[in-house]
Amino acid sequence: MSLARAIETGNLAELPSRRDEDWRWTDLRGLIRELPAASSDDAGEIGAGPFDAIAGAVTRIVNGRLRPGAVADRGVLALRIISRGDGAHAGRHAVSVASGEALVLLESHEGRGAHISEFDLSIAVANSGRLERIVLVDEPADAVLVSRADVTLAPGAQFAQTVITSGARRQRIETRVAHPGGGGAARLDGVYLLADQRHADITTVVTHEGVDGTTDQLTKGVVRDQGRGVFQGRIVVRPGADKTDARMGHHALVLSDRAEVDAKPELEIFADDVACAHGNTVGALDEDALFYAEQRGIPEDQARAMLTEAFVGEVVDRIEHEGAREIVRAWVAERLR
Amino acid sequence: MLSIRNLSAAIDGKTILNGLSLELPAGEVHAIMGPNGAGKSTLSYVLTGRDGYEVTAGSVTLNGEDLLALSPSERAARGVFLSFQYPIEIPGVPALTFLRTALNAQRRARGEAEMGAPEFLKTIRARAGELKIDFEMLRRALNVGFSGGEKKRMEILQMAMLAPKLAILDETDSGLDIDALRIVAEGVNAMRAPDRSMLVITHYQRLLDYIRPDRVHVLAGGRIVASGGPELAHDLEREGYDKYAPKLETAPA
Repeated sequence: MSLARAIETGNLAELPSRRDEDWRWTDLRGLIRELPAASSDDAGEIGAGPFDAIAGAVTRIVNGRLRPGAVADRGVLALRIISRGDGAHAGRHAVSVASGEALVLLESHEGRGAHISEFDLSIAVANSGRLERIVLVDEPADAVLVSRADVTLAPGAQFAQTVITSGARRQRIETRVAHPGGGGAARLDGVYLLADQRHADITTVVTHEGVDGTTDQLTKGVVRDQGRGVFQGRIVVRPGADKTDARMGHHALVLSDRAEVDAKPELEIFADDVACAHGNTVGALDEDALFYAEQRGIPEDQARAMLTEAFVGEVVDRIEHEGAREIVRAWVAERLR
Repeated sequence: MLSIRNLSAAIDGKTILNGLSLELPAGEVHAIMGPNGAGKSTLSYVLTGRDGYEVTAGSVTLNGEDLLALSPSERAARGVFLSFQYPIEIPGVPALTFLRTALNAQRRARGEAEMGAPEFLKTIRARAGELKIDFEMLRRALNVGFSGGEKKRMEILQMAMLAPKLAILDETDSGLDIDALRIVAEGVNAMRAPDRSMLVITHYQRLLDYIRPDRVHVLAGGRIVASGGPELAHDLEREGYDKYAPKLETAPA
């Protein structure tokens, strides 16, 4: 059951609904009463993507279809998921990182129009491979998007991810990581910045299947107006996955009375000698910090923007690729002004 | 210069300041001493315009201008500075960024040219050196993970950079060991100037051995109940605040 299945079969009963525990805050069946026609092949002129300037190669997937011309440059790869028009489409792609290889994957979701779409990405990172994945989701207010990534790590692999989104009409960014340990590390970070009536759901599932693996997660959200943020983070430590070290943090600023944040951190631990911790806070901007900044002469609006940007900046600072980090920082700053 | 007349203020409807009057001439340092709960911190927050402190009567002017009508940042731009009893941590904002933002916001508000990065760095490097603050610390998020003494020195560094007309030091000695106290006091003393006034709020006389006030006021029950020269601080240290405690009405037997 998935949005992609519903689009491919035309069967609305395939849509996840709020009766599904994992989808209760991101109901699609209640939202989509009718599926639009399939998206057109012809998307018209497509401009530059947000990461083109720093990428060694660019792969474009337009309305679910891979555009020819991508070069398999193994260094910094931009993956542009472009949606145009008001149709429905589903696309999929696969990325693999070989043993000893390092790849920076700069994924951007660039929607225009009230499309309904799903994009599924399959990622495999071999032993001692390293992948840093940045997912910048810039979609219109009337679009519906589900992005699913299934990540399979080999023992000793390094995987780091940062999702940055401003939401959409309804939006789910889901990442599932199979983590065999063996000295491997996964970092899964996220930022959601929601205004108006936008919705974003960041869902992660990390399954530790072997000894000696680490997971480090930090997600931060800023929700104003009638925005709605959802964070679901699950860490499963399977029997035998001893010496797992997993940390999860989710912190949200709720800047209006009508904004909403739903968070569900879950740790399921079936192994011994495991260090797991999670922290979750939802609140307003720190009034003490605000007054302190104003007392020093920073006008209230400027102080609020500075503190909000700093709040989210902690996640942005963790992006390892410097060029990507600065592009994301500028994108975030523009949306908080 | 600072003129407080018959000031009353309440928090959540509870009166804390009750007809407080105080004149602080330019260039002078006055100490405000008083028992816990006398309204010392309330006074500092009312002067700086913190939300939740309701002024119910009286006036406060700085060089003739009504302070109470201004927002906190406008007051700061007019030269009002508060050294916090408990300096706030600002995660994610390096001390250098915070201070330069504040300095230039004040300058813009006053219609002055902003200070460029080279001049700013040169100035703050010198001031930090005088206060024995490691310059590298200024690249870290302001006050995050700083010790109590480091936070207090950061307050004085901010004061030195912002060069206020009225500096209010709220319990600046609390949490300081004797060496840190000396450094902080030297920093404060170096800033004494004919056009700068200071209000030193303290529970103990200890700080006043290092920062010699021109006058000492006793704050009790929300108003100034006694004023005198520096020797008053020593009397208080010896005799305590008991004689200034509000008189209890005894019911007839």
